[in-house]
Amino acid sequence: MRDAAIVGVGCTGFKPITPEVSYKELMFEAATRAYEDAGVNPRKDIDAFVTCAEDYWEGYSIFDEFVPDQLGAALRHLFTVTADGLIGLGTGYMLICTGEFDTVVVEAHSKASELLTYPNIVAHAFDPVFNRPLGGHPYYFAGLEMARFMHDTRTTREQCAQVVVKNKKNALLNSCAAHAANVTVEDVINSEPMFDPLNRLDISPHADGCIVMVLASYRAAKKLTDNPIWIRGIGWNSDTSWPETRDWGRAIYTEKAAEMAYKLAGIHSPRREIAFAEVDDEFSYKELQHLEALKLCGKGEAGKLTEEGVTGRKSDLPVNVSGGLLGMGYALESSGLQRALEVVRQLRGEAGKRQIPNAKTGLAQIWRGVPTATGAVAILSTEMK
Amino acid sequence: MSAKIKEYPGTEVKSEEIKQGKVPTIRDRPKAKYLWSAGVAMSRFLNELKKGKIIASTCNKCGRIMVPPRVFCEQCFKSTDGWTYVKDTGTINTYSVSFIAGDASRIKEPIVVAVIDIDGASPGMGILHTMQEVDWKKVKFGMKVKAVWKPEKERTGAITDIKYFKPL
Amino acid sequence: MRMFGKKRVAVVGAGLTLFRRNMKETGREMCYEAAKMALDSAGLTLSDIDAVTYGSAPDAFDGIHMKGENMTDASGAWRKPFSRVYTGGGTGVFAMDSGWWHIASGLFDTCLVVGEEKMSSCYPHPAYAFTTIFDPIMDRPHGTTLIWIFSLEMHRYMHRHGIKKEQIALVSVKNKRNALDHPCAQLGAKITVEDVLNSEIMCWPVQRLDISPTSDGAAALVLASEDVAKKLTDNPVWIDGAGWCIDSTYWTNRDLYYPDYVEYAARMAYKMAKIKNPPKEIDVAEPYDPFDYKELHHMEGLLLCKKGEAPKLTAEGVTQRDGDLPINPSGGLLGVGNPIGAAGVMKCCEIFWQLRGEAGKRQVPGDPRTGVAQAWGDLMQYGSVIVMRR
Repeated sequence: MRDAAIVGVGCTGFKPITPEVSYKELMFEAATRAYEDAGVNPRKDIDAFVTCAEDYWEGYSIFDEFVPDQLGAALRHLFTVTADGLIGLGTGYMLICTGEFDTVVVEAHSKASELLTYPNIVAHAFDPVFNRPLGGHPYYFAGLEMARFMHDTRTTREQCAQVVVKNKKNALLNSCAAHAANVTVEDVINSEPMFDPLNRLDISPHADGCIVMVLASYRAAKKLTDNPIWIRGIGWNSDTSWPETRDWGRAIYTEKAAEMAYKLAGIHSPRREIAFAEVDDEFSYKELQHLEALKLCGKGEAGKLTEEGVTGRKSDLPVNVSGGLLGMGYALESSGLQRALEVVRQLRGEAGKRQIPNAKTGLAQIWRGVPTATGAVAILSTEMK
Repeated sequence: MSAKIKEYPGTEVKSEEIKQGKVPTIRDRPKAKYLWSAGVAMSRFLNELKKGKIIASTCNKCGRIMVPPRVFCEQCFKSTDGWTYVKDTGTINTYSVSFIAGDASRIKEPIVVAVIDIDGASPGMGILHTMQEVDWKKVKFGMKVKAVWKPEKERTGAITDIKYFKPL
Repeated sequence: MRMFGKKRVAVVGAGLTLFRRNMKETGREMCYEAAKMALDSAGLTLSDIDAVTYGSAPDAFDGIHMKGENMTDASGAWRKPFSRVYTGGGTGVFAMDSGWWHIASGLFDTCLVVGEEKMSSCYPHPAYAFTTIFDPIMDRPHGTTLIWIFSLEMHRYMHRHGIKKEQIALVSVKNKRNALDHPCAQLGAKITVEDVLNSEIMCWPVQRLDISPTSDGAAALVLASEDVAKKLTDNPVWIDGAGWCIDSTYWTNRDLYYPDYVEYAARMAYKMAKIKNPPKEIDVAEPYDPFDYKELHHMEGLLLCKKGEAPKLTAEGVTQRDGDLPINPSGGLLGVGNPIGAAGVMKCCEIFWQLRGEAGKRQVPGDPRTGVAQAWGDLMQYGSVIVMRR
């Protein structure tokens, strides 16, 4: 049986800075909330713990050392994947599918505010022989990609800016969001030019926060909750690590991750079968590029859909009702779980003023950011099939 | 197929060749700066160190008195319940004597490092620190030791506000 | 025959680069060499691989943030699902655990497991990277080094059981001698107990010949589900047990004389593999030996003998290749080298070759059928275990 469900979630909320707590205390809060939600005792009921972290985000080597205690995993079966939380979710899913684990915890957090030299660390991910010597702020990468995407798909600058307007406004209804705001298309286009054609408001600002999710197998889920959110499909993929040979216009990693997820979920027409989506909008154009890669619309259509309001929160295909990364804040490796959390809340009917009526199946998607070509897609549903 | 394989890939180069610039290399030094919040528990711990005291947190369920303090008891998985001062004396749980520095170079005067179980905390609640005013050959397991503090105005709220431990 | 999960998992190929202090190859190039060699040995090409899992320890060594992303293509993950796992020193064997669940979950039929480490990039000495593994408030301000904490653990182990240096030194002698028969070995040598006891004191009780070197290297294994494995080979080696466990970060609050985390990881793996009597049922073992005392420490944690008994078994020759319970016939990390992420995978390669009877001069006699590889990591916290059977 390949059935796994999310039976508990805990989130500290996302804020621009969190100086009053250490990362351990942040994780303890999210974990306590998740375990309360799921009705589990981590000391007894959890078969495996998956944490998602990268050393250089935290400032510690082997960050895995520092995670067990605050999750209740001291002398338990915990490990770290260096990936976004959504890939952590995929890992948890695989563990449950082996039949050896009934409950698995997945955790990811961001303490981006404590990393003082963020651009230097992103640049540190560039290949040292071929790319790093060029120097400069690494986000020029995103500018290059945006230019190519706009050229290939005839997406306009205004359409990209409309993503910002929509998402930041959506975030005003989300108490977990760090960067909600009312902005106009002019505000976005006139904001400080950063990495042409990107302006300042096109770029997600950072946020701190932690999310913990509790996954369960079919039989454990039935015991723990009346409202399991099934992981109908999940996929992750890495396109080439060589930027020189990439197709800069397309998010191929998302196309492939989606293929894998749709296949598992038995989804043949995504646009008809998926009610709403939470996609990576770290940079405004990414939302459009990802919508096309997810086959939620045709090539070159995402911009028009946005312009026409189709992706608005009360419309046909609500995208990033939570506010996305632009509205909630880019939260390093917890960004993917941030997307998944909204999908869970919507499917459970817990989204308050943001609630999409009758939502049964939602999609969460993430990209690992500059300079990677790696991403993941998850399809969550109130129904198993 | 280990027995059947004739050649294993890889080209060795010697450290000398690298130092002499005979191997093409690229250099880089990351700018990695962090400003970590000490958080609720450790902020209190550091402030108390500045006052010349060691503070621990307590858990009512398992009854442990924990140093370094924490807002959660990792055994019971619940919030800790209170604070209590512990002594600045302890016993040596384990120790070693270092003749090398962090960069692998040799040092003349060896450093004695020890895990010291703190008196007043639960058994086995140790902290890492160094020892001085002692002949390194005479250090023993179970030895009773006491903290030597920096003078008050030199303390900054760091573990090094305790300069070292010495035999009681 | 054991069946668990939805699919039984087999190892069908292995590859290994040389382990050396400095390699000319970049991390990517080493990954490629090891992965290619593993594929060739399995008779497969990249298009046959469904997923890749990669293990490597601190990014600080290679000097690349998110280094897994840099190594995707080189590990064979172009346009494939790629996952990097990272549990400090435990990573190498843990990457096998990861490969196991990729296939046991039923999601993938084949998986490449690649372990890589390029420690030499950390200049002028990889030891620097280790300063950042410590807690910045409690440990870093003392100038804590890796050797400090291991010598603290070694000393505690020696004290609790009354073990002497001479007894521990036998491990270094055995492993370095075993490594003379390993074609990739960095430090195979004929040394004596006296050599170890006379070697430079690093941090008492740790001396130079007690420890493994820093190294560059990569290793890879190809895993396949039962259906695929049976088509590829008459001689698959099954992964019957996978286990892992992490202990509390507060290492100064723990009694370091015994690795509970290794025992918990071993129990998890033994339960899956239905092993009830480890010393009787296990024919050969590769426990992690970055320091000689760790082999003894881990033998006890793996429940291969009672607490404090490992030195006796070593002295009696039980752990030699022709002994009753051969330990580290490869030469271990002490002899072959310690490129952290690859070292554990190297141990898994060794068990694979041993169980197939393909270990050449290192072959353990007596037709071994069940082997165990184990790695250790983090702040004396992590145990990862894999049980393989033919």
